[in-house]
Formats: sequence, structure tokens, C-alpha cells
Amino acid sequence: MPFLVLEGLTKRYGDQLAVESMDLTVEKGEFVSLLGPSGCGKTTTLQMIAGFVDPTAGGIILEGRDLLAVRPSKRGLGIVFQSYALFPHITAAENVAFGLEMRGIAKAERDRQVDEALALVGLSALADRYPRRMSGGQQQRVALARALVIKPSMLLLDEPLSNLDAKLREEMQIELRTIQRTVGTTTILVTHDQSEAMALSDRVVVMNKGRVEQIARPEEAYSRPASPFVASFLGKTNVFSGEVVEGPDGAVFDLSGTRFKLSARVPAGPALARVRPERVTIAAASAVGIRAKVRTRVFQGAHWLFQLDTPAGVAVVLAPNDGASMPREGEDVTLSWKPADMSVSAGAAA
Amino acid sequence: MTAGSARLAPYLLTGPALLVCLCLLLAPLGATVLLSFYDWGQYKGIVEEFTLKNWVEVVSDSYFLEVFLRTLRIALAVTVLSMLLGIPEAYILNRMSPPWRGIFLLIVIGPLLISVVARTLGWALLLGSTGILNQGLISLGLLKTPVEFMFSETGVIIALTHVLVPFMILSVWASLQRLDPQVENAAISLGATPSAVLRRVVLPQVVPGILSGAVIVFALAASAFATPAIIGGRRLKVAATLAYDEFLNTLNWPLGAVVATLLLIALVVAVVTSNRMIERRYAQVFE
Repeated sequence: MPFLVLEGLTKRYGDQLAVESMDLTVEKGEFVSLLGPSGCGKTTTLQMIAGFVDPTAGGIILEGRDLLAVRPSKRGLGIVFQSYALFPHITAAENVAFGLEMRGIAKAERDRQVDEALALVGLSALADRYPRRMSGGQQQRVALARALVIKPSMLLLDEPLSNLDAKLREEMQIELRTIQRTVGTTTILVTHDQSEAMALSDRVVVMNKGRVEQIARPEEAYSRPASPFVASFLGKTNVFSGEVVEGPDGAVFDLSGTRFKLSARVPAGPALARVRPERVTIAAASAVGIRAKVRTRVFQGAHWLFQLDTPAGVAVVLAPNDGASMPREGEDVTLSWKPADMSVSAGAAA
Repeated sequence: MTAGSARLAPYLLTGPALLVCLCLLLAPLGATVLLSFYDWGQYKGIVEEFTLKNWVEVVSDSYFLEVFLRTLRIALAVTVLSMLLGIPEAYILNRMSPPWRGIFLLIVIGPLLISVVARTLGWALLLGSTGILNQGLISLGLLKTPVEFMFSETGVIIALTHVLVPFMILSVWASLQRLDPQVENAAISLGATPSAVLRRVVLPQVVPGILSGAVIVFALAASAFATPAIIGGRRLKVAATLAYDEFLNTLNWPLGAVVATLLLIALVVAVVTSNRMIERRYAQVFE
């Protein structure tokens, strides 16, 4: 039996559709991310699960019972808010103890569980500090400990890392994943940061304009995006316009003279090919492939980022810094990639 | 800018305001304190001779003690009533949706735009022995004879509370607005009932606002003049009306100055100590 089921979940504000008939099943212990740009309905979905927003239609079933019939305070979900929403007038330990107190747990047992939760997030030393006297990362950990200490049936994270700086965010991502694995709580994360979603989750739900675009494992969504939106939202993508033509060995994609074999059936006519920047290989001008001229190159430490002019438009290429010499700006080169790394769909460039 | 003029700049910039403050506030205050040590007689008037006579008279006569105790009692009652009315009102106001919030806020602040004298005279009409309140209660059969609100402490407290409750509402409302609405949701998600959210999460966070509102209301109630003068009249004196009478009716300016100085000292001590207490308690918690 699936752990959490969303059935045709819909939220309408006047004529505005915030979430349109969303279906999702989550297994016990799974880490699922709702990913999308702002206004895509991901936070509204989370708030409907939490009970702060009433759905217009549809149902939410948690472990076989109808969650919508349960008051928000009785749902027993652990929530970490974007602003952390700590109680500023009490200490970190008192913040963590709050949920246990509301459950009527005796003082001694409460103290033991609070100590345990603070140790889990590595904050035992700061138990008596007030939230205002803590850094963003520390507040974040208190919020996580406070949500986990009540042994929630599910953990809901609303953009929990968006207020942290880049380095701390990366550390917290790893830590969040480790803690989630240790505790084993089913988790739903809302984020607009595709790298965060891919780093943390078992599956991502890519949303746009209130609609689910794709539900898949991160690698799958990245390498086989279900829609042009997913392709452009998850990482960078090159879009080349060309033509699908029927050849003697079946259909091929013609990109200004260079032909690629097609793995899937695409009707003949104008078509768009999508290739990830890191799947494109740069070779000398004499090699076989698409001719290009280097416009700019940017050194990024582990990578070189190239912008190149090709007959089919501007291409972006990410080349690993493997010590080999890289073409300079203005140099003529050839671009190539494996047909399997390319997805082709019918249509002309917008 | 040279180093010398940079050092002078703060003094030059604050100079004009400091001068106004010195001339219009500190000088008259100093003069009043000085006046309280002058001699006075029915026929000789004010004599510029140093004496403690006025101070001894005020401290030893139980009449003055009674007036000061009454002032304190009224100010405390008004403060407590303003808290009881103002805190829930501010909370409700804060939960209202935009168009209504603006309208009700205007209703709350509106009375501040009307002169205190006009408002108090209105209360005099309501509270009088033939006023609407008494007549209403009698015709409802709740009272046989009219209750004397006029010239009573109850009447002064009712009218002063009405005059001062907006200050409490605004102070509490300002601190309610600073709350993160997600904090209430966080408490709910942790299993808090609505009353627990209010008691354990919302109220403690607005305590600084409540306390500063209470300090304002207390100070204004203790030094109020118009309302006690109209509702309390000559029979029911408070410190402010007492000082006024000494100055303008008895013409015993030095004695009035003692009363005024004592009231000022009491208020400054009350405000400063409560502020200190608030700051010490909340320094860690709030910025």
C-alpha cells in the first residue's frame, strides 16, 4: 500500500488555478521533491498536505486514512518552514520541546528526547541559546530538530535551504540527506533549486503553472526530460533547430548538413534537437561534426564553459578541465555528440 | 572636511534641537523646581527665599497623600483596563482582512483626532445622573436609583480608558505586525490548539509591545488633566488638577510646583524602571 496518495488535488483562487488535478503516490521512507519556478503551485501543494490551505477538489490519503478530515494540529507532520519560523521568545531546547509538550509528554522523557534531537543535528552545545543569537544554519538545524522530535509520519520541507549561503547550503544538503536516511522519515521537499532537488531526492516532481510536467528519478528527468519545459528547467540545454528526413536507413535528423541517426520515431519535417552542454565534445576543426567558432570561454575551476557560434545557433558546451589544452576565443572547432545524448521533437524554433 | 570640523559636526547638527529642548523644556522645568523652594503667604505672595516649608507640607499632610494615591489608583486601573480591552482588540484587528482592517483602524484612531475636552464632555452627558447610561439602566429595571458616575473614580476611569486605549491598541498592533505568520502555523503543526497558539506563541512575543503600551497609558493617565477635571470636578482631585488649583485658584504657586515636581519624579521613576526591566528581560530575545 502506498504511504501517501494525492488524488486529483486541485486548488483554485478565483479564476486562478494554483494546482491542477495533481496525482502523486509516495512510498514509505521516500524523499520526493516538488520542483518548479515560483508560482508553479509547489508550495500550495505542500500547504494543502500540511492543512494550512484547503484544496478546492481532490483528496490526500496518508497510510490509508483521509488526511483532509484531520485538523492540521492533529496531522502529526513535521514541517520546516522557509523562514524557519522558530519561536523567538524561547531557547533552542524549548523550541524543540514545544511539540512534545503539546503531546503531554512528561518532563524527564521530554528532556531526553530533546537532547537526542539536538544531538542529531549537532547542536547540543547551543541548547540554551535564543534563536536570534544563532546563525541561519544553526536556526535551520533547530527547525529540523523541532520537526523531527515529534516523530512525524512525514517531514515537509518548504525551501528549507534557500536562506543559506551557497557553501553552507551544500553542507546542509548532505547533512539533510544523511539525517533523513538515518531517521527514515518519508520526506517531501519543496524547492526551486534544481541542483538541490537532484542532490537530495529519490524522485522529483517537476511542476509548471500548477501542472505536473514529469515525475521521475533525478537522473531520468535530467537525461530524458518528458517536456521541453523540464529539459530547460533541469540544467542548461542546447536547442538546435534542424529537419527530420527519411533516408535509406530510416529517419535521420539533419542539422545543417550533419546527420544524426534517430532512436525514436519523429515525423518528417522541422524538428528541435536538445543536447546537454556536458555531452558535447569539442574537437579540432578537421574532425567530423558541426562546424563552430568559439565566441567566449570561461574558466570555472573544474570545468571550462564555452559559448560557440554554429550554423544552427549559439551552442553552450561544458568541457571538463582534464589538463588538455582548450581552444581559444575565435578558434574554429567541430562539435559532436552521440545520437543517444540527443532528444529530438517535432517543431520549429520559437 | 577636516578632522576638527568632523568632530564638531554632531554637536552642530544636534545644536538647534538641543537649544529648543533647553529653552522650552528644561528651563521651565528648572524654574518649576526652583519655585517649589520659594516661600508663599496669603498676603505677601511669592517671596524668593529658600524654604522647605512647601515640601514638608505636602509630605506631612494626609490630604496630599490621598490625592497621590488616588492618582496612582486611577492610573493603574486605566492601564489594566486598557490592556484588557486593547490586547484582544489589537489581535482581532490584526486578523481582519484588508478593507475591514483599514476601516476599523480608523475607528480606533479616529477619537484621537477629537479634542479630549469634547470627548470628555460627551462622557459627562452619558454618565450624568440623568444621562443615557443611568436612564437606560433604570428603564431596563436593572437600577432603582441612578448610580453616581460623575465626580467618582469609576467615572474618571471609564472616560480615561476610552481616551487612552488607542495607544495600547497601536502599540500591541505594531508588535503583532512584526510576527512571522508562519510561526503560528509552526505551532499548529506541532500540535498546538488555538488557545495554546495564543497563550504560548503569540502573547509572549507581543509582551514588549504590551509593556510599552502600558507605560505610555500609565504615564498619560497619571498626568491627565482635562478628563479628571471635567468628570472628577473639584470634589475628586488628582495630582494634575491639584497642581492646577494651587496655581490658579489658591495662587500658591510654590505648593503647586511641589505637587507638579513630585508627579514628574514619580512618573520618570516609573517609566525608567519599567523600561529597564523590559530591556533586561528581552535583550536576549529580541533585537
